[in-house]
Parts: sequence; structure tokens; C-alpha cells
Amino acid sequence: MEERVKVLNLNAYFGNTRALKDINITIREKIVTAIIGPSGCGKSTFIRCINRLHEVVPNTKVSGKVLLDGKDIYSADVDPIEIRRKVGMVFQKPNPFPVLSIYDNVAAGLKLNGIRKKDYLDEIVEESLRRAALWDEVKDKINASGVSLSGGQQQRLCIARCLAVKPEVLLFDEPCASLDPISTSKIEELILELKKYYTIVIVTHNMQQAGRVSDYTAFFLLGEMIEFGKTQDIFTAPKDKRTEDYITGRFG
Amino acid sequence: MNIYNRRKIASKLMCAAAFLCAFLTLVPLISIFGYVFAKGVASINLDFFIHLPRPVGEAGGGMSNAIVGTLILIGLSCLWAIPLGIIGGIFLSEFGNNKLGTTVRFTADVLNGVPSIVIGIFAYTLFVLPMKSFSAISGAFALGIIMIPTIMRTTEEMLRMVPRTLREAALALGISQFRMTVSIVLKTAMPGILTGILLAIARIAGETAPLLFTAFGNRVWHQNLTQPIAALPLQIFAYAISPFDDWRRQAWAGAFVLIVIIFLISFISRFVIGLHYKLPSSR
Amino acid sequence: MKIKFVDMAFKKATTIAALSVVALICLLVYSMALRSMPAIQKFGWHFLFTGTWDPVKEVFGALPFIYGTVVSSALALLIAVPVSIGIAVYLAELAPSYIKQPLSFLIELLAAIPSVVYGLWGIFALAPFLRGSIQPFLSKYFGFLPLFQGEFYGVGMLTAGIILSIMIIPTISSISREVFLAVPFTQREAALALGSTRWETIRLAVLGYARPGVLGAVILGLGRALGETMAVTMVIGNRPEISASLFAPSYTMASVIANEFTEATSNLYLSALIEVGLILFFVTLIVNIIARALVWRVSNKVKGELRE
Repeated sequence: MEERVKVLNLNAYFGNTRALKDINITIREKIVTAIIGPSGCGKSTFIRCINRLHEVVPNTKVSGKVLLDGKDIYSADVDPIEIRRKVGMVFQKPNPFPVLSIYDNVAAGLKLNGIRKKDYLDEIVEESLRRAALWDEVKDKINASGVSLSGGQQQRLCIARCLAVKPEVLLFDEPCASLDPISTSKIEELILELKKYYTIVIVTHNMQQAGRVSDYTAFFLLGEMIEFGKTQDIFTAPKDKRTEDYITGRFG
Repeated sequence: MNIYNRRKIASKLMCAAAFLCAFLTLVPLISIFGYVFAKGVASINLDFFIHLPRPVGEAGGGMSNAIVGTLILIGLSCLWAIPLGIIGGIFLSEFGNNKLGTTVRFTADVLNGVPSIVIGIFAYTLFVLPMKSFSAISGAFALGIIMIPTIMRTTEEMLRMVPRTLREAALALGISQFRMTVSIVLKTAMPGILTGILLAIARIAGETAPLLFTAFGNRVWHQNLTQPIAALPLQIFAYAISPFDDWRRQAWAGAFVLIVIIFLISFISRFVIGLHYKLPSSR
Repeated sequence: MKIKFVDMAFKKATTIAALSVVALICLLVYSMALRSMPAIQKFGWHFLFTGTWDPVKEVFGALPFIYGTVVSSALALLIAVPVSIGIAVYLAELAPSYIKQPLSFLIELLAAIPSVVYGLWGIFALAPFLRGSIQPFLSKYFGFLPLFQGEFYGVGMLTAGIILSIMIIPTISSISREVFLAVPFTQREAALALGSTRWETIRLAVLGYARPGVLGAVILGLGRALGETMAVTMVIGNRPEISASLFAPSYTMASVIANEFTEATSNLYLSALIEVGLILFFVTLIVNIIARALVWRVSNKVKGELRE
């Protein structure tokens, strides 16, 4: 599998506190890479560095390189807005735009990029909703408000919204944290389907989920990446004692 | 130009427009203060504070009766509005978590939104018509009505901020709710309540409309409170719309004094609240 | 025993004080309705639609004042709403922290200036400026519109609208700013993650979400504009005529009361003025209730979401 995202010596700061210490990791395409670790270990901060969302918070700093297809996204001539279109993100709590309809939510990113032709929009909205496994459930109420759906459906709506702008990498920040078990398994199924087309990174505090959906797993602790390898290996034969302690539930 | 650059330029333009709105609004502010200070200070002299207005057409004179009149009106209004406002606020905070409380709160809000000139009409019908004369009393009634909703709301909010544990501790000592509320809770909340009162006073100090046909204004000293009384805003208004240059000059002086009074009261209230928040328990 | 008696008296005393507010409002409506009876009985509903206000012939119609009030307030909103939203956006989303406090303090200062001082400034600073610079410009280049035709004097509908807008900007902008700050950060993140520019983020995430709250703020501002008396009286020209031109003098409900109340020679004249006051009362009442309902709804929505 091709390397899509290569992270080199990434350090991230909140003011003077170093939240990420010298992270080096390679993320490959068409597989799911999971990031696990206890609360506060820096996993959310890490993926927010991949779509340059970390710097939106005041008083933050990033050093190191993040190469997307060979080009450093932090180099001076790169606009974060471009990066954020190419690297989509789904958040912990579903956040569709409440004043927009389901259709308009999905089309939001497209309209930003100047696409206005109705036929084209219709096509992409339908395609995105199909890919997010939501089309059948909403096709009859596509003009209803984005927040009129259930939690699980809202999250799939957010996924469809992401997919509409045709990103290359998909980042999931604990996407099932606020969902019930049935919605969770629907989303996990979806992720397994989506990995055929996209490079996926998922942050999760649920180790069983990491085991179910991911091919590679990285274990983070206190801002450092302790171990990275095939999911199977991490869970059955972890090399680092700290990884083993976390996996077996001794902390976290 | 590709869509990308167009979006970025649009964003810069809109953000610049927002910035412009904020700073453009400062233009009238600077203009008003500029005029009031420049023209007001130029016309201020000792006469202004000591003398009565001169007869029509004669130069000189001052607004001494108007300044004193405003102070008297404020004093009278406070006399009836502050107790009513505070006691009503106590009701809302201690006994008001029910339908009656909601009704009172809603009504206070309504009263707050009534145009001050309508309140003036109300005071007119209640006092001026039966008394067959304009009076300081009717003016103070109108101004008091304007103060009450603010004082009630502030009192309620400040009392609610006093922690429950304080009340429970007091009641556990076996004192009456009355004593507990007044001697302990009210006392604790006093700085905040005082601030609310001062802000209400700053507001009525500048009110003109409700006084137009209640206090009415007076070119000489009033004899007693059942007679028309001069007030600073009334005098400013009368002089501003007059055709005499000298009077207009004095109108600016009056505006300057009025603004100084209002800002003095606001600063004092900020000072009081500063004292309040220096107490460690409030953090 | 004594404590119980004291507390009962205490509760009763506070209740009476609180109810006094209700009593005041009821008394207000009652006494105004009573005193406007002569005019109500003589003119009935026509009072609202008659355009003549003739104290000599004792024919009174409130239409010119209703028109003046509505148009001056509408003009004020037209100017104040975009500017206030701009200010709120700047202060909530864009301004660096060292500017926020002083700037918002300065804008609040505008709210502390008494109406009569606004009027004074209006007569001697704003009106001459309009007559000398703005109105000639408007007349020359836009005079084909009926809005900008006719003689201009500096005072008139336009001046009143402008001064009203300045007076209501602090109200609308400060409430809007609070509403913007209450928009959850996740909404902004969602917009940013799609690759939106700064303005697009504000438009997508903040403005849409905050719409009902901003609407409430605008209607509250409208309520203030409707009842504003002194500043308007001093710059609107005080002529009970309905004209299409913004340059023409006009008259509002509050102004006619302020100007003519003490001149009212007959009982009918006085009761007509009081009836105008009654109309003004009910109009502002309805507007304020709608505004409170909207702002209350938004603050409850925000509280509800925070609770989750």
C-alpha cells in the first residue's frame, strides 16, 4: 500500500505545554489506522495536526513535517484551507448545520467551492449519501432540517458532508463516542466499506472498536507514540510493556 | 482569477467590512463628545452654577435651579422606587419560583419597555390632573416607575447569587427568615444591588420626556414639591430649540454638566462593584 | 410563634411590593384608556386611518404619526442592522483581545448618552452636515427617486432615521455579540474542516445558528426606536404630513405627544393625544413581547445543548 501521510518529528504545543513529542508515523492508503491511548494522551491533537485544525486554537504551535503525498502541509506556500478540503474530519459529536436541510448540509462544501449547477449538485449529494449509507433513509425527506435526524443518522450525514468534497484522507475523532451500539456498528461497517476508497485514520478510546475496524494501530501515551504496528500484533503481542498494560486494562 | 483566490479576497473584504462597521460607529461617538466638551466647556463659568435663568432675550444667567431640580427629582424618585424595587426583588428571589413570580417578572419586563413618554402621560393622569398643577411629585412618580423594574431585576439576581448554604446556616441558628434575608443575605448582596441602583439613577438623570408635562420645568426656584420644578434635561431641551444664541450656548453647557453627572454615577457604580469582587468569597 | 408571625408578615410585605408592579401597569392602561375615551368615542377606528390632525377644527387622525413612527424606525433598522451585525461579528470573531474590551466599552458609551443630548447634537451638528454635504449629493445623483426629491432642510425623516439608528446600534450589537459567542465551537470546527475561509466559517457556522437570537435583538432595537422621543422630536421637523421624500419633515407618535401635550387647549385635543399614547403603548408592548420570546427561545436552546 502506498504511503499517503508521512509524519516526521511532529511536536505540538498548547502555549508552553508540549502535547505531542516527536511523533513519527506513516499512514498508508486503503487501510484503516487506529490511534488508541488513555484520555489526554494527545490522540485528538495528533489528528488535528493532519488537517491543520490544531492551529485554529489561539496560542498553539506546531513544529515538524506532515507530508501529504510528499508535500509538507505546513510549508509556507500551502494554504490550510486547501489542506482541509483534502483531509476531511468527522467529529465526536455529530455537528450538522441546524439551519440547513439535509441536502444543503451535504452540498455545503461544494457550494463553498463554487459549484452551483443544480444537476451536478444533485448527483454528488446523492452519491455522497449513498456512500455514507444514508440515502435510503433520507431520500424522501431530503429537505428536512439536518438536525431532525437521529444521532447515528446525523453522524452519517456529517460523513456524507465530508465525502461530498472528495477528500483524500478521512479523519475520524471518536466518531461513535456519543452513539448507541446499533448506530456504532453501522458506522463501523461504513468505515470498513469506505477504506476501499480513502485513507482512514480513526481515534478511539474503545479498544474493541480498534480491533474490529483497523488494520494498523498506534498507541499513544502522554504525547508520545509508544508503539505502532499491525493491529493484530499490537493486541496479541505488544512489544512495549506500557502498551501491554493499557491493552490489558491496567490503566486508562 | 480562480475560485480559490476569489473566496479568499471575499473573506478579506467581508472581514474588513466588519472592522469598518465597528470603527465607523466611533465617528458619531467622537463627534458627540467632541461637540459637548468643546462647546460645553467654553460656556461653563461660575454663573452657570449659581444663577437662575434670565428673562427671555437677556444674556447671562445660569441653570442653578435646573441642576438642583434634577438632584431633588432623583432624590424623591429614589425615596419611593428603591424600597419598592428592593422588597419586590426580595419577593422574586425568595418566594418567586412560581406562577406569581413569573407573572411579576413578565410585568416588570413590560414596564421596562414602556416608552418613557407614555409613563409621563400616566403620571399626568394620576397626579397633574387631580392636583391641577405640574409638580415635582408627579415627576418623581414618573421617574420612579422607570427605575423600579431595573432595581427589582438587579436585586433578584444579586440575591440569587448568595449561596444556599449561607441561608441554611442562618436558619439553622433559629432566626426568622425575615431576619436571615435582611441581615445576612441582603447585606451580602448589597454591593451588587447598589450598582444596579446607581445605574438606574444614571438612566433617569438624563430622562426628559416623562418630565415634559409632570415636572414641567421652572424658570425660578420652586416653592414646594407640589409646584413645577426645573430639571437639567428639560432646560437643555427648552434652550436647544429656542432661537437665542446665548440660550443655545447654555444648552451645550447643560449637556456637558449632564454628561459629567451621568458618567460620575457610572464610575462610582463600577467602583462599588470593584469593591464587591475584591472579596475572595465572590471568586 | 413570634418568628412565624414575623415571617408571614415578611412574605406578605414582599408580595405586595412585587404586585405593585402589576398594579402600576394595570392602572396605567386603565387611566390612559379612560382619558382617551372622548377621542375614542368621537373618532372610533377612523382615528387610525385619518390623515388630518387639525387642533383648530378639532379633527384628529393618528395616521401621520403612525406613518412617521413606522418609517423612521424602519429607516433606523435599515442602517443599524447591518452595522450592528458587522460590529458583533468583529467583536465576537475577529478582533484581537487587546481591542475587544476598549472597543466594546466605547460602543456601550453610545447607549449612555441621554436622548436630549443626541437631539442637541442632531440639531447643531448632524442636520447642518446633512444639509450641507449629504442631502445635496443624494438630491443630485438620486433625485430621480421620490425618496430624495423636494426641498431639504437638514431636519426631517432622514435625519431622524439616522439618529435613531445610532441610538439603537449598541442594543442590537451587544445582544447579537452574546448570541454569536454562544454558538458552540463544534459548529465552527465543522465549517473549518470543510475548508472554509474565515468569512465562510462565520457565515456557515455562526450567522445561521444565531439567526433567531439576532432577530430578537433586532426587534428589541425596534422597540427602543419606536418609543424614542427627545432626539427624534428635535430633528424630525414636527409636521403632521405624509410624504414620500425622506427629506421632508415628519412627525412621530412620541413627538406629537412631547410637542403638543402642554398646548392642548381642549379636552378632546388632550384625549386625542392620550389615545396616541395608548396606541404607542400597545405597539411597543407587542414588539417587546415578540423580541423577548425570540431571545428567550435562543437562550433556552443554548442551555439545553450545554446540558447534554
